[in-house]
Amino acid sequence: MAAIEILDLEKCYLVGFWRKRRKLALRPLRLTIEEGEVFGFLGPNGAGKTTTLKLLMGLVFPTAGSARILGMDMDDPRVKSQIGFLPEQPYFYDHLSARELLNYFGQLSGVPAKGRSARVEQMLARVGLSDSAGMQLRKFSKGMLQRVGLAQAILHDPKLVFLDEPMSGLDPMGRREVRDLIQQLRHEGKTVFFSTHILSDAEALCDRVGIIHQGELRGVGAIAELTSERQGKIEIIFHAQKVPAGLTSLGAEARVSGDMVNAVLPEGQQDAALEVLRRDGLKLISLTPVRSSLEEYYIQKLRPTDVQREVRQEDDRKGVGV
Amino acid sequence: MNSGGMNSRIGYIAFNTFREAVRDRVLYNLIAFALLLSGAAILVGEISIDIERLVVVNLGLTAVSLFGVVIAIFIGIGLVSKEIDKRTLYTVLSRPVRRWEFVVGKFFGLTGTLVVNTFLMAIGVFLALLYVAHKFEKMDVWVLVALYFIVLQFLIVCALALFFSSFSTPLMSAVFSFALFVIGSLAEDLRGFARITHGVGGWVATAIAYLVPNFSALNVISQVAHGDPVPGRLILYNTVYALLYSAMAISGAVLIFQRRNLK
Repeated sequence: MAAIEILDLEKCYLVGFWRKRRKLALRPLRLTIEEGEVFGFLGPNGAGKTTTLKLLMGLVFPTAGSARILGMDMDDPRVKSQIGFLPEQPYFYDHLSARELLNYFGQLSGVPAKGRSARVEQMLARVGLSDSAGMQLRKFSKGMLQRVGLAQAILHDPKLVFLDEPMSGLDPMGRREVRDLIQQLRHEGKTVFFSTHILSDAEALCDRVGIIHQGELRGVGAIAELTSERQGKIEIIFHAQKVPAGLTSLGAEARVSGDMVNAVLPEGQQDAALEVLRRDGLKLISLTPVRSSLEEYYIQKLRPTDVQREVRQEDDRKGVGV
Repeated sequence: MNSGGMNSRIGYIAFNTFREAVRDRVLYNLIAFALLLSGAAILVGEISIDIERLVVVNLGLTAVSLFGVVIAIFIGIGLVSKEIDKRTLYTVLSRPVRRWEFVVGKFFGLTGTLVVNTFLMAIGVFLALLYVAHKFEKMDVWVLVALYFIVLQFLIVCALALFFSSFSTPLMSAVFSFALFVIGSLAEDLRGFARITHGVGGWVATAIAYLVPNFSALNVISQVAHGDPVPGRLILYNTVYALLYSAMAISGAVLIFQRRNLK
């Protein structure tokens, strides 16, 4: 069963003093996330990631379209007890301590009174906040608030977790811990839908990614496939003080680093390049085909196609901004 | 996980609202109230002859009412808007909490805070009364009725503040709520004016007079200060009126909030 089925969800705001100008925050979005999947929703700031999450959470209402979450309509109140949500840069009741906040959210989520306290302590320990559990949240740093946010999102053992920019504002150690937590959720069989603009996080964690830009889904693909695509080039690394002239004539882009040379050249020149190395008596360290990176895919998808440009010009004519 | 009951969710939200108000030192107003009342009691005890009770009841109950109305307006207007601005609402509404449960829970939380506040102030009023009169009299029971009416006023003011804040800025909500409190306190005069006015003006005056909350019917301070009894029928009418008026204002707030995009 699909964990999330988004069916042409669209959001348009009316802006301006007289609220007559339409601003498209999300163009009709169609996307399916399978159960147990870790899905990364990538895009630059203002792309429509948070709007999509807010629509799914029922915080804003769609102009058109619908979505099914865990087989239920997204408006079904039963959905909310089975999902967890971490908003972007979360802010909580600062008069409460972390322990009180989690207890309150446990009550609202219907965590049974018996065992609630134990569950709260377990979550505090899981995000490394046991020592600060009694401190009021107004004294928490941004990173600590992010941890509280993660704890509240998984407190009621949801099947599906939505995380909006979970690594933002965290130091390298904090980011590593969040990565580990998402990995743990994957091992527990949870579905994780998280938005980010940090590509290395997505590459390390996701099964699939979707790229959104200017309110429009530009592409969806499995990380394994995207990064295994050959580019028709090879990378050769060998011991040398300078780039051999024979290699340059083969069209290699090379750079010297210490006593090693790293050269990238067309796949068809592989045999000729090896012949140059053998002739000059240079020691080969590695030869690998160059594969696409997520970054290349991302940048490629962010460039508008001719069709998208036409759609946008049509929208401009109708007075619909993005 | 069990889904939890609707009533319990409203209760948890109400308790959290109460706890927030207490921790934000809202009850510190009691210190100012205590200073005002004790100062007045001592002063009155020294200068007035036979009107100590009248002055203390008048001053005490008016202070209870004004302190409470100020709290009701200033917290009421921020009950929901503050949660939207600070985005604390996102993590609440992503749980099995319906929007109307949130609004009703917040309303009960604030009225609960005001009931506790009024109870503590009422103790102050009775202590001041004991100080100037040296004993309680049978007619002091009407002071309790006046305090009950003041609590009913708070219900309406809280509901109105919540209603205005569901579509307006905090500043404008405060202005609207306070203006309605002032106009509503003159509701009986407004109704009298409507009766003697004819034509379109009369229609408009009648509509306004009956649309604004009738706070003047809920104000029996002067009556009880003189030791006059409050008819049982008025207690019943005022109770029903305040409950219905608050319910309507809360329903309006819920209807608006249900459709609101939390950008």
